[in-house]
Amino acid sequence: MIDPVIASRLQFAVTTIVHIIFPVMSMGLAPFLIYFTWKEIRTDEQVYEQLRAFWTQIFAISFVVGTVTGIVLEFEFGTNFAAFSTAAGELFGGPLAVEGMMAFMLEATFLGIFVFGRERVTDRLYMLSSIFVGLGTWLSAVWILIANSWMQTPRGFEMATKNGQPIVSLVDPIAAYANPRFPWMFVHMQNAAVLSVALFMAGVAAYFVWTDRDTQFWRKTMKISLAVLLVTAPFQAIHGDAYGRHVADTQPQKFAAMEAQYDTDSSVGLKLLAFPTSVSDITDPRAEELFVIELPFLASILASGGNPGATITGLNDIPTEDPPVAIVFWSFRAMVGLGMWFILLSFWGGVRWLQGKLFEDDLLAKALVGSSVLGILTVELGWIVTEVGRQPWVIDGVMKTSAGVSPNLTGTEALATLVGFVVVYSLLLVLYTYVVLRIIREEAPTDPPKQAPADPPKPAAETPESAEGVPSDD
Amino acid sequence: MTDPVALSLADGPLFGLPLDTLWFALVFAVLGTFLFLDGFDFGVGALFATRDAEAERETLLAAIGPFWDGNEVWLVVFGGMLFAVFPSVYAALFSRHYLLLFAILAALLIRGLAPEMYEQRHDDQWQTWWGRAFVVGSVTAPFFLGVFVGNWLFGVEEFASAASLLVGLAVVALTITDGATYLGLKTRGDIRIETRPMGHLAQAGYLLLVVAALAVGGQSASHVSLLSLPTLALLALTVLLAAANVVASRRDRHVLALGAVAGQAYGLVALVATLLFPLIDPVAGLEVADAIVSTLPLNLSTIAASLLLPLVATYFVVLYSSFSGPVEDEESYA
Repeated sequence: MIDPVIASRLQFAVTTIVHIIFPVMSMGLAPFLIYFTWKEIRTDEQVYEQLRAFWTQIFAISFVVGTVTGIVLEFEFGTNFAAFSTAAGELFGGPLAVEGMMAFMLEATFLGIFVFGRERVTDRLYMLSSIFVGLGTWLSAVWILIANSWMQTPRGFEMATKNGQPIVSLVDPIAAYANPRFPWMFVHMQNAAVLSVALFMAGVAAYFVWTDRDTQFWRKTMKISLAVLLVTAPFQAIHGDAYGRHVADTQPQKFAAMEAQYDTDSSVGLKLLAFPTSVSDITDPRAEELFVIELPFLASILASGGNPGATITGLNDIPTEDPPVAIVFWSFRAMVGLGMWFILLSFWGGVRWLQGKLFEDDLLAKALVGSSVLGILTVELGWIVTEVGRQPWVIDGVMKTSAGVSPNLTGTEALATLVGFVVVYSLLLVLYTYVVLRIIREEAPTDPPKQAPADPPKPAAETPESAEGVPSDD
Repeated sequence: MTDPVALSLADGPLFGLPLDTLWFALVFAVLGTFLFLDGFDFGVGALFATRDAEAERETLLAAIGPFWDGNEVWLVVFGGMLFAVFPSVYAALFSRHYLLLFAILAALLIRGLAPEMYEQRHDDQWQTWWGRAFVVGSVTAPFFLGVFVGNWLFGVEEFASAASLLVGLAVVALTITDGATYLGLKTRGDIRIETRPMGHLAQAGYLLLVVAALAVGGQSASHVSLLSLPTLALLALTVLLAAANVVASRRDRHVLALGAVAGQAYGLVALVATLLFPLIDPVAGLEVADAIVSTLPLNLSTIAASLLLPLVATYFVVLYSSFSGPVEDEESYA
């Protein structure tokens, strides 16, 4: 029978990989919806009412599926990782409880008003509801990422014994919860969510443009999402570069796995593109053996913050067992590659927009359609780097994942639920896709444009991020 | 380096309060809030099986549409609070009842998804199947939750015992009572008239099932003292509230009737809490005072809950008052 440790880890992987799609959709849509609602109320223009009503439907289904898959994760800490929960509950449970009270409650109650209440409540309360729903989704991320980042860079605790069991005891809450990783994760994740949704919106709009069914509604969607893409795509790369440096400082083992660096070395180049030369390179990439196009010294510069001769510790010189290097190495490369593609795509669109030919470039439209869900895929890859890369630790340097699994869990039980999730979540993804496609096909307004469609490019000050107050640059 | 605020918060419980007992009560109060609020969503879901007309089905879905999501979050808060202040109990209970917990999750998933799916297409077969899924999820979710609470109370280690199955059925009966009473408030005409006797039947069933569960469970669990004053007082109160619900709903005093059901939901969790206390996990023989987290995180959770729960109450007041009164004819779930 399967090892309950392996089954529990696989199950957690499956359930988080599926779940994260829906918060990305709701967190990314939130600033757009606040902007649409604000414009609808301020300008009374029909197109903003249509935009708000249409994208709220996508938000609502994402929120429901996000709720039912999110509760699963909260329960899984207890069901599958009871030893971890007992040992780390003092630090880890608090943020989850606060997330429920502060964030999830705000989001779930005002969503009722936001989805069902347009005709029932005043404009002012409706506007407030959109802000509270958006705030709720983002605050949720704050508390979940506080909990996660503490596991990556644990601070503010000491080891203690309770009821005869070793536990991690909280001594300094500020150090624990404002830990070094949190701000990096939060900015990277939120920008990724907005970027992913902008790509999705642009992709859907581009489909209608490409098939010559573009109305004012789709043109507006395309322009707004492209404006957001032009800010978020380059920002993600600039921020990601600095984030990488922070990972090298705080989790050298993860960084070495990202670079497949086995031997400690100085003046290491950054492997911009890596090509496997044999099958074993795919399953067991090693920096020394790959055919790579690399930027000389850049990995050293990255890791040290400017010193081209800096030493990078290799996996062979780290005493604990390695994380699954191949998964981390290739996921990282795919993530960065896709991130570069998004920048290129946004510039391409930007140039066409300036030329006044945004809706005439079929190839651009096709590229956008093809990229519509790649943002979400990239978020998944990034989380795989983060979570697989921190193995074998569940709490970095403190507790191994294998020690965190429920002691009384049997392989049969764990396998039964794992298989159950694979089946149920596959169906869930099919249903979610079906519903989203149905909404796009059937619920989009088809009215011919009422006003002249040629809006001049909006300055950055009117893009949704600035309305929401998202940091747009460092 | 430890900052001075953290140090003073680690000295002792805030204001010298018996925070362990207060949190034990609060965790059950949150569970009771979930049971009452999501209870009527579950009940409406169960009663959905009794309505065939398309317009009536839409009315039922519209009656819970804006609310069920917020109501369900009380379960998330219950889990989070248990994790934050009694982490070892959270871990022991959830891992001990592994398959049961996933049964609860599966039921909640079906219940949450079904109304969304139901509205996606208007062909008969699609709506028949998603309507059935909605009913199944709405009945099995409270059933498995009740079994879980029964297992917790009676210290059952296997999937379920006769007593915990009876608790599960009792909770289903209570949610149907809750749903029928709620529909009295939120609908007019045939739905209100025809679901009322179903609610009254469920109300009677609830009383019988609670007594039966206690009688069966009390025999095998030595820590459960049935003939104590608080137990008998809570049972007497439950009978009174059940009578009040029946009388009030017959006189169309729907808010009063719903209040009587709320009282029974809180009465049930109070009964479970008093029967357990001072134990919190009978299987491990663990007491509340030993299971509580250290003083510093306990004080922090106390501060967080004191600030946030009043705010949360405000959100619910705003939500429910925005959609007060019976569902209008043109309103639907979509």
